Amino acid sequence: MKRMLLTGNGAAAWGARLAACDYIPAFPITPQTEIIEDIANWIDDDEMDARIVTLESEHSMITAAGTAAATGVRVFSATSSQGLLYGMEMLYTVSGWRAPFVLVNVSRGLATPITLEADHNDILAARDSGFLQIHCSTCQEVLDNTLIAFRLAEDERIRLPVIVNLDGFYLSFTREPVEVPNFDAAKKFVGDFNAENIRFRASSPISQAVAVLGGSAYSYFRYETHLAALNGITVYDEIAAEFSAQFGRQYDVIENYYAEDAEFVFVMMGSFSTKAKQAVDELRNAGWSIGLLRPRLLRPFPEKYFQKYLAEKKAVAVIDQNISMGMGGVLHSELAGALYGQTNAPKHLLSFIGGLGGRDISAEEFFEIAIAMRDAKKTGQTPPPRLMYTKTELSEIRKLQAIASVERDELGDKELGDKELGDKTLGEKTLGEKND
Amino acid sequence: MYRIRFHGRGGQGMKTASRILGTAFFKQGFEIQDAPRYGAERRGAPIFAYVRASHNLIKERGNITHPDLVVVADDTLVPVPGAGVLTGLEYDTVLLINSDETTSTWKQRLNISGDIITLPVETEDRAELRFIGATCSGAAARLIGDISRESLEQAIKEELAELGDDVIEKNLTKALTAYDLMAGYDGCVSHSKTISANNYKSPDWIKLPFDDARISAPDIYATANSVKVNTGEWRTLRPVIDYKKCNKCWWICSTFCPDGAITVHDNLPEIDYEHCKGCLVCVAQCPPHAIETLAEESTIKRPTNQPTRQGEQT
Repeated sequence: MKRMLLTGNGAAAWGARLAACDYIPAFPITPQTEIIEDIANWIDDDEMDARIVTLESEHSMITAAGTAAATGVRVFSATSSQGLLYGMEMLYTVSGWRAPFVLVNVSRGLATPITLEADHNDILAARDSGFLQIHCSTCQEVLDNTLIAFRLAEDERIRLPVIVNLDGFYLSFTREPVEVPNFDAAKKFVGDFNAENIRFRASSPISQAVAVLGGSAYSYFRYETHLAALNGITVYDEIAAEFSAQFGRQYDVIENYYAEDAEFVFVMMGSFSTKAKQAVDELRNAGWSIGLLRPRLLRPFPEKYFQKYLAEKKAVAVIDQNISMGMGGVLHSELAGALYGQTNAPKHLLSFIGGLGGRDISAEEFFEIAIAMRDAKKTGQTPPPRLMYTKTELSEIRKLQAIASVERDELGDKELGDKELGDKTLGEKTLGEKND
Repeated sequence: MYRIRFHGRGGQGMKTASRILGTAFFKQGFEIQDAPRYGAERRGAPIFAYVRASHNLIKERGNITHPDLVVVADDTLVPVPGAGVLTGLEYDTVLLINSDETTSTWKQRLNISGDIITLPVETEDRAELRFIGATCSGAAARLIGDISRESLEQAIKEELAELGDDVIEKNLTKALTAYDLMAGYDGCVSHSKTISANNYKSPDWIKLPFDDARISAPDIYATANSVKVNTGEWRTLRPVIDYKKCNKCWWICSTFCPDGAITVHDNLPEIDYEHCKGCLVCVAQCPPHAIETLAEESTIKRPTNQPTRQGEQT
């Protein structure tokens, strides 16, 4: 084992290399490209015995990944954001083939407006696709969980593709010290892909993924996929225990950071959760009883663990780095579903939206969220969902809008000019308030 | 924890500088985190890179808002608001600027209380600044004081391993010279603390109001607004047409120019230096080799008695 500095992308590539992948269908997209560049370089230098093929789109790439996996070889691929969405039709399709492989997604916010920076709307769009999802918060976790993901995908109780998710920039381009297992140790852990009945071969035709009508057969196949996905919790726990015994690093389905004895709990996914840990440390230093829960597995959803860990909490704040238009934070509503009807469920489940498009979440903002939880406990009132957004940020937007407004005037559209924009103050009297 | 930010232009090696420093810290037994930050990658545009180093596990992530040391490789970036060079500077932040101007000039100009140190510019030629990354990392290592000469040397050898011995040697010389030059400031950068939950400034959160789609859609109404962005400022090398050699096959250079920065007047191509980014595709394509390449700085800072070069604005 060697401890070296790797980016999240480098760690993902090392995961694929150590898992001894046979085939890597690829298509470049920022901020993922470094993963396939690393792999291509290794193959070019005869350091990795695999085949990489650049497809003409992510749609073809996911198709190639699924079809290759259906022949019983070990497959790895990677994408991000718009690319994941472009391949979306095939994500749903290949999971139904029950052909296991590992796909890394480097999270990046979706258009419109277009961005390169991280949030989780891309990966959450794949939430219901049948892929299992592992969410990482450090570069080490990316490497280790890529190895774990192959075991999870290939397990006979599951046989589904798995997405390993890491945040663009905050992990993808960020170097951290990473323990890289040696080849023998990794081989021992991951093992060979025992494809069993997955053996699509030339001259031995199989009709895979047949059409079914009438709903009954369809319901059977879909629900079987769901049941296989649900097995993911138990199987992940088992594999992680084996990983821990061999490598000494512990991965739980939900990372629990001082949440057990805490009155208040932050819940969030992804790389910013290390910032939440920092905030927990500072708040504990200041006398707070507070902790963090971070779901590592999002699919299957670790409902039982959440019910157990959040029992009797005074207040819980979910920080969603995503937004479902017309509903709000996705993790918040999933958690509300998991806790509904539990007699000892926390009374207050607060919702915060932050970090969209890579917007920073500052230490001060975590402290304010803690205060919001304490106030909810004190007053008995759960505050409405909130977007973390400052007056300074809005005034910067207003400046840009003022320019856009002048431009519009110049083009002859006087109807909505300076006057209306001028009415929108940064304080109390806003259109939004009137509409509430 | 140490928090260090490097500012430069795309192509000046700020990512490499941050990696050299990160690796040097790592060799000294620190936990580290280093990362570059840029939008669409492009030569000459402002970028920054950052390094965190601590003896404990690093939980902070993303941009450094309160740096202990800010290193500026290109002093033309200081007044560019979008470059964010001065963001989050505190009274104890050390600012290291690669500049010919004196420390007192910068003190006066910026009116900040923290330490300002200048690194003398070794060449006026921006295109020749390719060793500035190594120079900056060497100087930064000394200002921090926790990094030995050996660790710096090893870090450069590792980070530049793919570039061959000659390049490594040149970078080593530059970095170690800067390291020695900063001996008088050894260890002047201080460890900063994390923000305490007992004493902090609350964010001025607001409730985001509803805006009509005619305001809240991300639309720009002006036409031809990219003309207003002077992308010529990113240029480190300047293509200059020698009209004595030009054989008037203007459709070649003007078609190949990816920025549409070559127009044609009276059958002669003309370069628009406000928008030419200096990619030099025209130089490569010109059949009679009538376009020469000059270092940008040399064309600006020439003595006044020299004749004006064709195409240059005076």
